Amino acid sequence: MSRTILNIEDFSMIFGGLRAVDHVSMHIDEGEIVALIGPNGAGKTTLFNCVTGVYKPSEGTISVSSADSHTTRTNGMKPNKITELGLARTFQNIRLFSTMTALENVMIGRHPKLKAGVVGAILRDRRTKNEERQVIEDSLSILGKLGLEKYANEPASSLPYGAQRLLEIARAMATEPQLLLLDEPAAGMNPQETRHLDETIKRIRDEEGITILLIEHDMSLVMSLSERIYVLDYGKMIAEGSPEVVKANPAVVKAYLGE
Amino acid sequence: MNKVLKELKSSFLTALWILVLTFPIMIIKVNTIDATVRWRWANIPTVFFFTYIFSFIWRRLLFLREKKGKESLRLILIDSLLMGIAPILTIVAVSLINSKSPEYKVLSWILQAVVYTGVIILHSILIKDVKSEKTEEIQERKPKFDFRETLGKKTVKRPLLALLAVAVVAYPFVSGLYHVGIMTSALMFIILGLGLNIVIGYGGLLHLGYAAFYAVGAYNYGLLYMYWGVPFWGALPLGAVSGLICGLIIGIPVLRLRGDYLAIVTLAFGEIVRLLLENLAGFTKGPEGIAQIPRPGFIMKLNLQNASIYLYFIVFALMLLTIFVIKRIEDSRIGRSLEAMRDDEIAAQSMGIDLTKAKLITFALGAIWAGLVGVILAGKTTYINPGSFTLMESVMILVAVVLGGMGSVPGVILGALLVTLIPEYLRFLSDYRMLMFGVALVVMSIFRPQGIIPRVRKHYTVGRESA
Repeated sequence: MSRTILNIEDFSMIFGGLRAVDHVSMHIDEGEIVALIGPNGAGKTTLFNCVTGVYKPSEGTISVSSADSHTTRTNGMKPNKITELGLARTFQNIRLFSTMTALENVMIGRHPKLKAGVVGAILRDRRTKNEERQVIEDSLSILGKLGLEKYANEPASSLPYGAQRLLEIARAMATEPQLLLLDEPAAGMNPQETRHLDETIKRIRDEEGITILLIEHDMSLVMSLSERIYVLDYGKMIAEGSPEVVKANPAVVKAYLGE
Repeated sequence: MNKVLKELKSSFLTALWILVLTFPIMIIKVNTIDATVRWRWANIPTVFFFTYIFSFIWRRLLFLREKKGKESLRLILIDSLLMGIAPILTIVAVSLINSKSPEYKVLSWILQAVVYTGVIILHSILIKDVKSEKTEEIQERKPKFDFRETLGKKTVKRPLLALLAVAVVAYPFVSGLYHVGIMTSALMFIILGLGLNIVIGYGGLLHLGYAAFYAVGAYNYGLLYMYWGVPFWGALPLGAVSGLICGLIIGIPVLRLRGDYLAIVTLAFGEIVRLLLENLAGFTKGPEGIAQIPRPGFIMKLNLQNASIYLYFIVFALMLLTIFVIKRIEDSRIGRSLEAMRDDEIAAQSMGIDLTKAKLITFALGAIWAGLVGVILAGKTTYINPGSFTLMESVMILVAVVLGGMGSVPGVILGALLVTLIPEYLRFLSDYRMLMFGVALVVMSIFRPQGIIPRVRKHYTVGRESA
């Protein structure tokens, strides 16, 4: 059995009187593509924000295991520390560094992997220089993997919408994550771009060995990509299983279509 | 024709409105001694037509803003030239009115009438121009002359730099003591602007108390000299250190703040430092200030002339160091992380950037320069008091950064030069200094929010180092 990268146990998130996520447990194993679906307001993005440290979970345990099977409880850790454990994410509403170029955006993603400090930056010794050259090369190759190299020196905000979504993925990949969390990566894409995204995500998993958890509303994409699906509704986990099982689950149909 | 009438009408209404608003100050003049009221009816046409012209120019500028760079610049220049003639003639006409002789009065009225008719005719011509341009398709043309590209060429850049170097070295020897002093202040202001630019331009943290670090640097030298007789060169590095420490002290409590809240806290910090200096009279000599701080000496004590020239070169060298360091930081992992924080804090954190560290680095790196310049200020003026470090000082540095271009090193240099040299050499405008900067900032934020010389992003290429 493969290693569990992310394990969520009995987790709840409470905002004032609202239980946005209610006693949810889930786990992601190495090499999987898992989808998290549910109607609007079900708590999917809240769960993402708790896992990546943007919010502090109210109850329960979230733990991440690293490659050497060392498990860390991440409740209340800062987002940058969680990123260092190998979790990287994209955002539902695109959050690129809009004044910087596409390449610089990816270079920011390399940040935790680099060492240069203020003194190194000023003196620009050989180590810093080599590191800088390396980061440019690496970032260009990551852009290349997603077919974005032609935009390398364009300001991120001037890219076409679909390319901006891909750039977010590229930036997240630059942190060399073991688990990539994608928050509605296909939102606003046309069918052609979505097909391209489908292939890209599969390739990221197969070639880079990155495990993927995605939130998505495009059911055809979810069904074609994912090996396992979790369904949230009003903060509760109502179903779990393979696409076929979930599709046939009456509770899921009810949540989406009503009685 | 309909459009022409519409334009004329809206200019007319604006002019009428301003006329009503300024009626009490422009038309009525109360002589408090004789208790009489003088009605200056002659001002009515003047106010009316000035507003008329400016409201038209304003709307024309707003229209031109949508045009492509070079083209709009040309049109603006032509417009302002044409429109500029009218106010000048009007001023001549008005000044003629004030002379007592009746012939001149008649002449003045005739001149005014000519000017106003001229403006209206010109106006309708220009409006037609606007109309025809609007129907025209805006095509993108490659400008014949690219300023940046030409400057970037080695054959142009090197001789220019050499020329600049010669000018810089020769300047203190060919110009007088007064001008050397002004230029030294301007160079100091450049360093301050570049320092604040780290905080605002790269870090995106609105800092309104920057003069506090400046004060800390100055008092660092003043107090060290007063109590222990520490010389200039001993105080200079300590000025940087004390600036750094102060940067960290202000940085820690404001870690969670941003935007307006940060601005308020930093503003308060600036005032706290000034009030402390004023009220700890036993320690800092309070509002009376510290006097007779020695100028930097070169082996032996220098006379005033040589000391000023010496200081000029020290400041210039320090400015080069500042530019060098900031350029290096800009193009590094640290610089990028600061800019990422400016663009989006949450995304930056999710990319593994430690916001706490990044903010502290921002404040510390910004404060160092103010600390250094503070020491130089104390050495230059030989006298410091808390009155030199008011909020106004912080605001002027901020104006230099915003005017020149946030995040752009050449922009900030130009901004700092404008902010210091214009008031210095146009003394007769000194009463209107603040008004001018205010107008300049409003106009800039509408027409060129990125500053006079905006930041140019580095272009990366594979394999080799690019400039």
